[in-house]
Amino acid sequence: MSDTIKNVKLADMPAYELVKAGTGGCAGCPSPMGLRIVGKALGPNSIMVMTPSCAVASIGVMPKSCYDVPVLNVCFASAGASAAGISMSLDAQLKNGALSGEKPTVFTWVGDGGTYDIGFQGISAAAERNDDFIHFCYNNEAYSNTGVQRSGATPKYAVTTTTPAGKESQKKNVPLLMLEQRIAYVATASLAYPLDFYRKVQKAKSIQGFKYIELHAPCGPGWKFASSDTVELARLAVKSGAWLLWEGEHGKLTLNAPTKQLAEGKMPCAELEEYLKLQGRFAHIMKSTEKAAAIEAMKSEIRREMDFMLGREKL
Amino acid sequence: MNNLPINPLSCATEGAGGPTGTWRSHRPVIDPAKCTGCLLCWIWCPEGVIAKEDRSINYDYCKGCGLCAKECPAHAITMIKEADHE
Amino acid sequence: MSKRMDTGNSACALAVKAAKVDFIAAYPITPQTSISEKLADYAAAGELSGVYLPVESEHSVMSAVAAASAAGSRTFTATSSQGLLYMHEILHYASGGRLPIVMANVNRAVCAPWCLYADHQDSVSQRDTGWLQFHCASHQEIYDTIFLAYKVAEKVKIPAMINYDGFLLSHSMLSFETLEQDLVDQFLTPYRPDWKLHPQWGGTFGNVAAAAEYSAYRNTLAEDTLKAAAVIEEEARNYQKLTGRWHGGMIDVQGPEDADVFLMSMGSMAAEMELAAEALQAMGIKADNLKVRVYRPFPAEALRQALPAHAKLLVFDRNLAYGHEGGALLMEARSALYNRDETVKIAGISLGIGGIDLPASLLTEKALALLEGLK
Repeated sequence: MSDTIKNVKLADMPAYELVKAGTGGCAGCPSPMGLRIVGKALGPNSIMVMTPSCAVASIGVMPKSCYDVPVLNVCFASAGASAAGISMSLDAQLKNGALSGEKPTVFTWVGDGGTYDIGFQGISAAAERNDDFIHFCYNNEAYSNTGVQRSGATPKYAVTTTTPAGKESQKKNVPLLMLEQRIAYVATASLAYPLDFYRKVQKAKSIQGFKYIELHAPCGPGWKFASSDTVELARLAVKSGAWLLWEGEHGKLTLNAPTKQLAEGKMPCAELEEYLKLQGRFAHIMKSTEKAAAIEAMKSEIRREMDFMLGREKL
Repeated sequence: MNNLPINPLSCATEGAGGPTGTWRSHRPVIDPAKCTGCLLCWIWCPEGVIAKEDRSINYDYCKGCGLCAKECPAHAITMIKEADHE
Repeated sequence: MSKRMDTGNSACALAVKAAKVDFIAAYPITPQTSISEKLADYAAAGELSGVYLPVESEHSVMSAVAAASAAGSRTFTATSSQGLLYMHEILHYASGGRLPIVMANVNRAVCAPWCLYADHQDSVSQRDTGWLQFHCASHQEIYDTIFLAYKVAEKVKIPAMINYDGFLLSHSMLSFETLEQDLVDQFLTPYRPDWKLHPQWGGTFGNVAAAAEYSAYRNTLAEDTLKAAAVIEEEARNYQKLTGRWHGGMIDVQGPEDADVFLMSMGSMAAEMELAAEALQAMGIKADNLKVRVYRPFPAEALRQALPAHAKLLVFDRNLAYGHEGGALLMEARSALYNRDETVKIAGISLGIGGIDLPASLLTEKALALLEGLK
């Protein structure tokens, strides 16, 4: 574990908490964990847009909220357009004098359902218009809020309540689509690498235009692992190559550590099985006679993606 | 918030999800002698109940997920059964 | 104040510019498109005080204007037909959020089958979304109603939809008078809400509510929508004092004092109905044109006051109430008058669906047939 955090100083991160303790989220939930880091990087002069998700279901009931920044809790397919609307409204009001001071950072906190599926049109369009906000996708690879149904981000083989025999198709790659929309800034991040995530959020804040950050967010109840293992799963995903860390600016891609070293073969990947065996959603594979073939297929997919990204990095 | 308008608004409040400390079966206890102050428990606590300053834990809202104990590189945190603790 | 000959959509866009709207989002759809185009032109020429966001769908249009309204902007958009239907989810969100958005809906039939021409099925289908709904019968009324709608919406904190018939009004060239900017500014001061989605105010907007709070909240919206009728009457009078222009309050009746037959309709049909009423008068029937200017809140009280005992009310709907006789106006007029002591007789018909022409001769003929049926 220590190699993931070495040379970093958590002490530099502010004590400011965007999330008030006592949320309705499950024990070990990756959403408030990620949002706390986002809050530290962006500060309180921020406005958050949320769509239906665990992060909304765990917010508390009116008149209470667990979030200490202004929040627009809007409809499922609305994130891209609503964040754009707020951002432009702020611009107009700062111009005509109805508001003064520094423009608050507008950001969304949306799950993979709201990003990959029902909200995709609005996100993609905001990216194309280069609207000035940060879109965060906290990707827990399923519709966890409604009880763990498949999403466009659910990996192949994973069991959800709507793929009881395991998902048959490959997941989408929305961060890559964002890279190819050549937006101002796109990054993937992991909870196991909090300072990498923090740096990326700070960088996104400093850039004008559309920014997209996708945080890999292992979900205990959804993936069926212990509440204490959220970070361990996030770490194994990166070390096995199941989740790649990279960032891009206007289409220029940079692979981040340790993904870069893993892809270049300068560091061995962790055994994928170590990652899979902690997750109940892959238990049917691990018990199956086709286990070896399935793991081999997954590894070959990882290798293909790493090779693709190494080549893409040269463009 | 200033004067309450007619719009459907909620205020940031600790414990918006209820007294979540009651969910806990085990509580994390930090051994100050072993703690190196690396702050990993602080940054990873999903609820933010571990203080950055002194690593004191707000048990009113700690859900007992055990992540801090699992990740502590100095093994300074132990999960203790609530019943045994009392 | 200058007179000009132009389309209904131009009248709309000119008024939006004069209303100093802060934020506009739009997506093209026939027959609304030219409003969006004109506003984009104004924005490009620097003539618009606000900003213009060309988004990728009507769902996103309403998501953007609702968010911008929450952030503190005076907002506008325009749509028609399928576009309005696609917004449906966010229409509820906007009224629930008490966001005083103003939207022009250029009425058009809904599919299937596809049809580009005017009827009111699109807006009538949004009846229970908690929006105020105005209907206009002329270019002048379109122009003037924009200001009234903002004034009322921002006062009662309920969004407002301004409806007018596609092509019949949106694309026809008719004369209308604009208003001097200082008169507009006198009537409509800049939008300064008491809360904004901004760190200075704070707050989570639109959180989950328990049943008791939810029900109290929604009941308040229902009550405030009913109360908006008085605000509309009052502000229409204020506008008249300032400009001399009058298109009615909740409804408009202008005919003979002793009228006992009332021809009730809304939209461009209400302008043609004037001629039908005159034709009936020439036959010795004491007929009056009853124009519904506001469909939501329903002008129940205005209707009760306008109709004498033993009046005959003939209701002409440009929509269909599937599974029920006639259209929405007929149903609601009956409901509004049911508990009266007087014995107002009511009959109605749905016509003009899909933009079928409604000349005064046809309306006169239908009115006579309805009267015959009431005997």
